[in-house]
Amino acid sequence: MAAAVRLAALVLLLRGPGGWGRAEPPRDSLREELVITPLPSGDVAATFQFRTRWDSELQREEVSHYRLFPKALGQLISKYSLRELHLSLTQGFWRTRYWGPPFLQAPSGAELWVWFQDTVTDVDTSWKELSNVLSGIFCASLNFIDSTNTVTPTASFKPLGLANDTDHHFLRYAVLPREVVCTENLTPWKKLLPCSSKAGLSMLLKAERLFHTSYHSQAVHIRPICRNARCTSISWELRQTLSVVFDAFVTGQGKKDWSLFRMFSRTLTEPCPLASESRVYVDITSYSQDNETLEMNPPPLSTYQDVILGTQRTYAVYDLFDTAVINSSRNLNLQLKWRRPPENGYIHYQPAQDRLQPHLLEMLIQLPASSVTKVSIQFERALLKWTEYTPDPNHGFYVSPSVLSALVPSMVAAKPVDWEESPLFSSLFPVSDSSSYFLRLYTEPLLVNLPTPDFSMPYNVICLTCTVVAVCYGSFYNLLTRTFHIEEPRTGGLAKRLANLIRRARGVPPL
Amino acid sequence: MAAAGAAATDLEVVRGKRAALFFAAVAILLGLPLWWKTTETYRASLPYSEISGLNALQLRLMVPVSVVFTGESVPLDDQEKLPFTVVHEREIPLKYKMKIKCRFQKAYRKTLVYEEEALSMGSIQEAEAMLAESQEQAEGSLTVYVISEHSSLLPQDMMSYIGPKRTAVVRGIMHREAFNIIGHRVIQAVQAMSLTEDVLAAALADHLPEDKWSSDKRRPLKSSLGYEITFSLLNPDPKSHDVHWDIQGAVRRYVQPFLNALSVTGNFSVDSQILYYAVLGVNPRFDPASSSYYLAAHSLPHVINPVESRLGSSAASLYPVLNFLLYVPELAHSPLYIQDKDGAPVATNAFHSPRWGGIMVYNVDPKAYNASELPVRVEVDMVRVMEVFLAQLRLLFGIAQPQVPPKCLFSRPKGEGLMTWELDRLLWARSVENLATATTTLTSLAQLLGKISNIVIKDDVASEVYRAVAAVQKAAEELASGHLASAFAASQEAVTSSERAFFDPSLLHLLYFPDDQKFAIYIPLFLPMAVPILLSLVKIFLESRKSWKKPEKTD
Repeated sequence: MAAAVRLAALVLLLRGPGGWGRAEPPRDSLREELVITPLPSGDVAATFQFRTRWDSELQREEVSHYRLFPKALGQLISKYSLRELHLSLTQGFWRTRYWGPPFLQAPSGAELWVWFQDTVTDVDTSWKELSNVLSGIFCASLNFIDSTNTVTPTASFKPLGLANDTDHHFLRYAVLPREVVCTENLTPWKKLLPCSSKAGLSMLLKAERLFHTSYHSQAVHIRPICRNARCTSISWELRQTLSVVFDAFVTGQGKKDWSLFRMFSRTLTEPCPLASESRVYVDITSYSQDNETLEMNPPPLSTYQDVILGTQRTYAVYDLFDTAVINSSRNLNLQLKWRRPPENGYIHYQPAQDRLQPHLLEMLIQLPASSVTKVSIQFERALLKWTEYTPDPNHGFYVSPSVLSALVPSMVAAKPVDWEESPLFSSLFPVSDSSSYFLRLYTEPLLVNLPTPDFSMPYNVICLTCTVVAVCYGSFYNLLTRTFHIEEPRTGGLAKRLANLIRRARGVPPL
Repeated sequence: MAAAGAAATDLEVVRGKRAALFFAAVAILLGLPLWWKTTETYRASLPYSEISGLNALQLRLMVPVSVVFTGESVPLDDQEKLPFTVVHEREIPLKYKMKIKCRFQKAYRKTLVYEEEALSMGSIQEAEAMLAESQEQAEGSLTVYVISEHSSLLPQDMMSYIGPKRTAVVRGIMHREAFNIIGHRVIQAVQAMSLTEDVLAAALADHLPEDKWSSDKRRPLKSSLGYEITFSLLNPDPKSHDVHWDIQGAVRRYVQPFLNALSVTGNFSVDSQILYYAVLGVNPRFDPASSSYYLAAHSLPHVINPVESRLGSSAASLYPVLNFLLYVPELAHSPLYIQDKDGAPVATNAFHSPRWGGIMVYNVDPKAYNASELPVRVEVDMVRVMEVFLAQLRLLFGIAQPQVPPKCLFSRPKGEGLMTWELDRLLWARSVENLATATTTLTSLAQLLGKISNIVIKDDVASEVYRAVAAVQKAAEELASGHLASAFAASQEAVTSSERAFFDPSLLHLLYFPDDQKFAIYIPLFLPMAVPILLSLVKIFLESRKSWKKPEKTD
């Protein structure tokens, strides 16, 4: 530290006559938004969007200084001369048939598509380096992108932002369907947010809940946009989106109720102070139709109506910067409640854990008379670890039978009997009331044929080939080196004597 | 009939023997070499002897010094007797396998006319400016002017002067032993301006055995082709503080000139970022006496780790990153001071971490809280911040404070904050460090390749190794002949080539191929083929021995 003190004199001399200009107003802004959409199937979709806008010409400035825009991505834009970058990491599949159209669907796995500036000379090299760097930033295996899975679409994937020309030579597109998205991908994604996960909507992003969902898709979109209405200069826009679909049964125990706390195990306490806008939208289109039964808590202060994806939609709006939204209870826990009591029925599902416990699905259903009820469960056939296969793996693996315990109404009312007096066969199950009897049925066990690898194929091939070669060689060798001549009859010898004994016994002349 | 049959059988037996011998011959002469050739790993030849020779390399670092005498500096008859050159060589005692010798080659001459004119100017600065105009000095060389005893260039009590460029001025003397005395003064000045043991020890810190000083010597960044400098403003409490800093202007005014001066040693890139909600890893303690918070010296090592994960690695290059953090403590923990080992607050309120960067705590003026409501707008005083960061930057680049000999006038560096001879000294140190690194890398590569015979050595790896060895030798030669700039360039090439060879992914291709698996594959083929050949060879051998013995018996 001594040096620091001594150097003080030196630096003070350097102070130029210009002095300090007042820092200009911030040239970047942040908006955050959460849309909660109850889906037709009863599941709940939550879509986060964080949008950072930066009024800067990234490619022109030599020394780069970042405020809200993340440095790692900004450096990428200037180093690789990117025009647009779209990266999504998705787990699961958006089931349009049950969930309706998505805001922004992404394919399962990792998807990356990039438009380069037309100043880039060697697009393929830049693309390769860029995918390697992105793989480091997002902890994803994007480094497996190579020429075998890269395409250059000519008609689709036009730039989403400002673009003068759309020469598709500067476009690269790749998908890695096998990529598994996990917490390690979410953490770097969260780090790009200015408020990290300390304040604002990003507080809800708790990895253990977000990955306990039917669909999880996180994405990063970078594109140039117009800075003003006349579009005289360019700004850069970074949109970080995250969509999740919560399984209604897991979060709500079979009810349509939901709340922020139940879904995310967190509530909202404060807006991100760096954001200029921080809002939560709840889709109440379907609720307003039967509004006697459903209730939003707290009630929305304002609503917003628009045509989204071709249908008229109504959203309840909660502005986190509005003091009335948060200050009443110091936190905001959006809730949706059903006033009507839920129907009679019970479903208990305990998912399996690999090598620890099996699946358990219990359903309590009231069946109408003379009807057919089908319960079907989908299996996924998976490869086991190779030591876990039984000695006869091609036999298949058993799935234990399902159990049906039923209380069947009796045709004839049985007369109450004395428990001890009645025959043993009629008193196995206790019967509480005489109008029905208890029955337990089992289905057949299911034999599932799992895919079985050939465990010893490579070694077999080697051994077989070698054996064939060795047999051919051996006979060839014998043929060439052995001498064949007639053996002179010899007297004696144990074999001959034995043969003669047998011959004598049979009455044949000896040898 | 029987005889003919026996003769035919004999013929047949001989033919069988020949066939067996032929099989054996084909198997041994053709099969074995073919198998050997097709299964061997490709290993290009490497200069093993030269690599082991590098370890015993003697580094001679030559510093060309020209000593220039003005007219009245020494007695006239001494001037007549001036030798042409004098070499002053000494070994630098370091516990390192390379012998390092430092050679000061002093060339004596008299002043030229314009030099005489310059040295008769009124002040040393004017003289220096005039001298610098007229001649360009090579990197690493020094010029010492010996002026007359009563010259008014230096204050009367000063014996020598060290300038910001590559020049020094020494006062002469009229004495019988003048030559020795002046020679001693010259050496003193020259040593202060060029290589010293400390500089080399710091450069070789990674290659020397640990001692108690080594942690201090390991402070500077390792030599590299380029460096990234990142300034980060940490604002853990954006609800209370709205912090603004004019980093763009500060970098342009203070950092860029310094880096321009250093640009010979590598590429530099500077960027900055603001991180919100980034907290230090340690909870500050409250000091009731001054109603402030403090970070004790022993807790400083734990401060960096949690912050580091937010800093983010540099995406755009592979160069080492130097981080400079400006931390504005949250409202609940301010003011925050850093205490040294004795418990006294550090004047600069900053500390640095070796090879990583520096952290400075910037407290918000408490008056600001009274005036307005939260968040308080804070304008960072960049002069205060940058003087600390620049001092840390000097330390992290290994530019130590010079040891000034007694009675020596010492000039302050000009605008860029770096003296030319300091830069030269950095280049010496970096060259030696590069050579040591390249030698170590090459030696370990040679050892590794010798130990594991499965490693494939491709031709391009081999050519990188050859290039690295040649570059090391060239750098050593250039150092010995005093060409610092080209020596540095060669040493950088040596490091680059040697690392490229060492980390080439093709070295790993066949590494995992254990012997037992190899034999599991070979045995089913080799056993059935080798057994008949061996058996028939044994049989032939036994029969031939019998047939040799037989004739002896008949005799």
